[in-house]
Amino acid sequence: MAEKYWQKEIETASREEIKAIQDERLVKTVKHVFQNVEPYRKRMEEAGLTPDDIRGVEDLHKLPFTVKQDLRDYYPYGLFAVPTKDVVRLHASSGTTGKQIVVGYTRNDLDVWDDIAARQLCAVGADENDFVHVSYGYGLFTGGFGLHGGATKLGATAIPVSSGNTDRQVTILQDFGSTVLCCTPSYAMYIGETLKKKGVDPKSLSLKAGIFGAEPWTEEMRQQIQELLDIKAYDVYGLTEIMGPCVSYECSQQAGMHVNEDHFIIETINPDTGEVIPNGEVGELVFTCITKECCPFIRYRTRDIGVVNTEPCACGRTFVRMSKPMGRSDDMMIIRGVNVFPSQIETVLLKMGYSPNYKIYVDRVNNTDTLDVHVEMNEDMFSDTVSDIKKNEEKLEAELRSLLGISANVKLVAPNSIERSMGKAVRVEDKRKLLGGKK
Amino acid sequence: MSIRQISVFVENKKGSLVEITDTLAKENIDLRAMSIADTQDFGILRLIVSDTDKALSVLRSKNCIVTETAVVGVRLRNEPGALATVVKVLSEGDINVEYMYAFNGSTPHHAYLVLRVNDNDKVSELLLKEGIKCITQQQVSEI
Ligand SMILES: [Zn+2]
Repeated sequence: MAEKYWQKEIETASREEIKAIQDERLVKTVKHVFQNVEPYRKRMEEAGLTPDDIRGVEDLHKLPFTVKQDLRDYYPYGLFAVPTKDVVRLHASSGTTGKQIVVGYTRNDLDVWDDIAARQLCAVGADENDFVHVSYGYGLFTGGFGLHGGATKLGATAIPVSSGNTDRQVTILQDFGSTVLCCTPSYAMYIGETLKKKGVDPKSLSLKAGIFGAEPWTEEMRQQIQELLDIKAYDVYGLTEIMGPCVSYECSQQAGMHVNEDHFIIETINPDTGEVIPNGEVGELVFTCITKECCPFIRYRTRDIGVVNTEPCACGRTFVRMSKPMGRSDDMMIIRGVNVFPSQIETVLLKMGYSPNYKIYVDRVNNTDTLDVHVEMNEDMFSDTVSDIKKNEEKLEAELRSLLGISANVKLVAPNSIERSMGKAVRVEDKRKLLGGKK
Repeated sequence: MSIRQISVFVENKKGSLVEITDTLAKENIDLRAMSIADTQDFGILRLIVSDTDKALSVLRSKNCIVTETAVVGVRLRNEPGALATVVKVLSEGDINVEYMYAFNGSTPHHAYLVLRVNDNDKVSELLLKEGIKCITQQQVSEI
């Protein structure tokens, strides 16, 4: 099947053309925020910069970062670069901790969003004949409206099912002939399992592709979803602060997500020093919006750890690709000089037979970092003798040491004693931060 | 010959123990014997109860981590030297004792001992040769 594009000219433009577009749009955007967003102007002045100092992408690194806290500090409209009369839509994200953030869109911003969502839909093979079943939530969350706008612009038939009521989802998949499913990967799994339970053969559906994002998922999950629903499953990336879904999009190759570089400039930085690191190396992903009117955030730190791939793609698109985020830089701890992710600890716990309910405590005692891992006891690892339990505990400590490269003290705690929270659990307590020892 | 012991994981935290004993009391489960093995981080509460199955299901429903172990229950006459005989038999029989604890019955004539060894039948036989009787699970509820 021939590759489909929504805006072929730009999606397959030469790197020189893309660079020229980025240069021009970045310069324009920097002027725009300098003139219209007080906090940006102040920060640039503090850094000794004027808009004239930014002549192209190569000057981008000179500009200060934008972080999520900025959106909270200037909540609700303090970072908007246009008067509210020009704002036609608001979206918000509560995040898992802290105050919600809000972003605004002008009519042009929505137009761009529709375009990039349409690019995503084309990249998975959709056109005006398709039925796009949107099971992302509609509301302040960007998922539903994002894909909906793309489907409408493409001329496909949007089905705004929104999330929940899985029986109804199945009926609609059957009766309306949905061909492209858009939802979170975990919900796609759930729909797939529901089909199985109901004895609905996925081959009897018209579904051919799925666009899944808004939460981390693995290649194994992709395989499972593809089998359960008999479709091709594609990854999509986005965040409310930058636009919503489709900041970057996967193509037919299912090998990384093309960044819409005519609207966003991607950089990779060292999360600790803020230094830009070369493409191809793992670091925190940073985006600069270069076409947005209302919230053109400059060098927004996503906290997502990933890698940018500049290799040409077989689909013909020339936009660079980013990997699926492999973790959050917030989660990355540097303990005794070693990078540690909670996910590594989780892997060891599961492998050794412990429950994935754990909490990590990092502290500094006598100038040495300490790592304590509280793990909930389960029946498999329990015994009536202290020596058996201790033996298992020592094995766990040895395994952690070998994987992390540093030693950890394990403390076994009662089941359900580690707090659960909706969404992401608070896995780490870094007491060093309270002492002001480390940023 | 062996009897059923329940072990419960207890975190070294105020109130964890009371919670467990309260739970059992509310269900009218009698504690025949109780002992605690303590480490710096956690403890293992070991119990001999009147209704083991019920206790297991009640504790599990309260999200307790439990395990069941077959242990030897020894009946001793309440008189000087009784315990010494048991210790002597175990040591001469080259029996490795993981842990032991004692408890009283409802009459003053007997005391009881719980032994955690790896060969319950062998230990029961060795003790019987010295005239020391081990109890059955049936007898536990009659103590
Ligand atoms: Zn591609």
